[in-house]
Amino acid sequence: MERVLMKGNEALAEAAIRAGCKCFFAYPITPQTEVAAYLAKNMKKRNITFLQAESELAAVNMVLGASSAGVRTMTSSSSPGISLKSEGVSYLAGSDLPAVIVNVQRGGPGLGSIQPSQSDYWQATKALGHGDFQLIVFAPASVQETVDMTIRAFEEADRYRMPVMILTDGFIGQMMEPVTFSDETPKIEPKDWAACGHKGGRKHNIINSLFLQPDELEASVDARYEKYETIKKNIHDAEIYMCEDADLVITAFGTTARVAKSAVNQAREKGIKAGLFRPKTLWPFPVEELNAACKTAKKVLSVEMSKGQMVDDIRLALNCRIPVEFFGRNGGNIPTPAEILDEIVKISERGL
Amino acid sequence: MLTETIICGFGGQGVLFSGKLLANAALMEGKELSWLPSYGPEMRGGTCNCSVCISDDPIGSPLVTAPDIVIAMNGPSFDKFEPMVKPGGIVFADSSIIDRKSTRDDITVYYIPSTEMAKENGLTGMANIIILGKVIRECSDNFFGIDYDKIVSVFEKIIPPKKAAMIEKNTKAFKLGYDYEK
Amino acid sequence: MAVVFDKPHALCDVATTYCPGCTHGIIHRLVAEVMDELGIEGNTIGIFPVGCSVMAYKFFECDMVGAPHGRAPAVATGIKRALPDSVVFTYQGDGDLAAIGTCETVHAAARGENITVIFVNNTIYGMTGGQMAPTTLPGQVTQTTPYGREPEIQGYPVKVCEMLATIDGTALAQRVSVDTPAHIREAKKAIKKAFENQINKKGFSLVEVLSTCPTNWGLTPVDALQRLRDEMIPYFPLGVYKDEAVWNKEEKAD
Repeated sequence: MERVLMKGNEALAEAAIRAGCKCFFAYPITPQTEVAAYLAKNMKKRNITFLQAESELAAVNMVLGASSAGVRTMTSSSSPGISLKSEGVSYLAGSDLPAVIVNVQRGGPGLGSIQPSQSDYWQATKALGHGDFQLIVFAPASVQETVDMTIRAFEEADRYRMPVMILTDGFIGQMMEPVTFSDETPKIEPKDWAACGHKGGRKHNIINSLFLQPDELEASVDARYEKYETIKKNIHDAEIYMCEDADLVITAFGTTARVAKSAVNQAREKGIKAGLFRPKTLWPFPVEELNAACKTAKKVLSVEMSKGQMVDDIRLALNCRIPVEFFGRNGGNIPTPAEILDEIVKISERGL
Repeated sequence: MLTETIICGFGGQGVLFSGKLLANAALMEGKELSWLPSYGPEMRGGTCNCSVCISDDPIGSPLVTAPDIVIAMNGPSFDKFEPMVKPGGIVFADSSIIDRKSTRDDITVYYIPSTEMAKENGLTGMANIIILGKVIRECSDNFFGIDYDKIVSVFEKIIPPKKAAMIEKNTKAFKLGYDYEK
Repeated sequence: MAVVFDKPHALCDVATTYCPGCTHGIIHRLVAEVMDELGIEGNTIGIFPVGCSVMAYKFFECDMVGAPHGRAPAVATGIKRALPDSVVFTYQGDGDLAAIGTCETVHAAARGENITVIFVNNTIYGMTGGQMAPTTLPGQVTQTTPYGREPEIQGYPVKVCEMLATIDGTALAQRVSVDTPAHIREAKKAIKKAFENQINKKGFSLVEVLSTCPTNWGLTPVDALQRLRDEMIPYFPLGVYKDEAVWNKEEKAD
């Protein structure tokens, strides 16, 4: 397989086409614009639909329509745009529709900045819209992983009939790295639930999230949560690096994990037994993997480009067994390896 | 081995393109690499830089904070990145635009009047390629043996055939810098 | 025995959830009759909105998809782009189409999106209990305009057909009423044309149907129809505001 050099955003778009995404709808926003531009450039020769919507709301609802019709579909945006999409995401979840939502995160709140951030962790894992529901959330840390997770996202979305998010950031989206694409064509199962015209051959299909009777709504939500239990068993993934004997485990996802890995290497050179735990799935959170990584850990340090949104999940996953400290930058700043190393040294000097 | 490079200057000087040339050459060599641009409001003339990491092993942090090599195409970039260079590192500065000299004695600095050289040779806008010629001449070892021929083959690979004239122009500019003797 | 009157096949054999005297039932029937006559039920996907017709998925035999409030034209766009040869219609009220969904409406029209929009204008939010709608008439009393709509405070009603007639992508913008048998026949013709336009790929086609809301207007069904004639039609004149193929101009519609 040929290695090609691509930006994260462009590689994501290429992966979506290869995953069989037929309809893509989006509204321009930095730093995700290359996704749309790549798909627009390729739409005619690759026989896909790209439509620039009049708003984020329209884009996500076009996705709702295309998904209802039974095709693989995706929208991408960045933080402020994802907030606008939250209505549609809730309807997608409530209507049991598969879709891939990409958030190339930037700093917030409000208009924030256009520089990379991870401050939409809560939004992605806890509450991207009203009501009881979850998204499967993948967090790539490289361009190759962006490709692999995008392809997987379409598969899981179809398998579980639910929206799946790729939570990346401006850094991974803009960065170029070598990447390879598999030539496998995806096997897409027919969707007998889709609203694509009954052709006189079946009862009408209804795509709906309205249940006026409380018992009916409760039954529908409960069924979805049973499905989530299956997903929790089947989908959880993490990278564990140098944790076998680690006194201090750094937890970080996406971009910060890349930086933290460099800091871990530098700490090891200084004789500090540091390791790295990187969740690849943020929901479901890889609880087993974290506990395995922290077997010898005396402390955990969560490094994030936010004010510490992942810290609670780590504490819960560890049942508060190990103290969890936090170091982060926000506003669009990326922590440097030196800053993380300083923090590691400080913690180590205070005693592990 | 890991070589971390920052290429910096004004938007429009082609600093991102220079980085892509290095990245593509590393790709052809089968190395691990990352190319990370600064990005901001699209304004021609604003400052702009990219980080290029090339290594035998997977790249950790693609964000370069202590570069081995800096290619500076304007004053503000020189002021910002020259102090960040690792001891023993190398700086290439476009002396047509940057009027200051480095005061550090623990790094090597090459001053190349690449913007003037470009103008004099009918290669306006290609100062970035001229300076890259000098970089490859001096630092082929730092770049895992990427040499003159390899960069020329990158031109041929990434410049589309419809713009064939640009291959020739880039090669000319690259050679000019490569042969620069000061 | 000869059958002289029957339920259209495209209409489900269930009681609707509309209030007594509401004209939604008539409009549903017209849409279903048109689906039958054009033989398109099996290839049609209807979009139900938020509002009184949120239960419409129970009343049409074709496949049905629910849209968030106002987003029906965007959902319809998604379906139509995914399945260009299907027939896609939205069924929307005035709050849905002309307030919270104005943007989606205008841009679906501007794209010349090849869909059919049935727009039911009864000058009030019915489902939520009678608040001011974007089409509430000046002086009209509603729960949120208890002293009558004052344009100085609440602004003026939106005239959807007039607005959409200015858009290049609109193939059909026509306002009809269902207050008399003659008007109902006229309305059916317009709805049929809006579907035929889509089948012949002519562009965005919208039919605005003036409708009553006896419950929230506080009138008997008969008085409500009289109000429609006396107050609504003068403000929202019936007629064809635009009828001009956007795409496929050479191909004639039947």
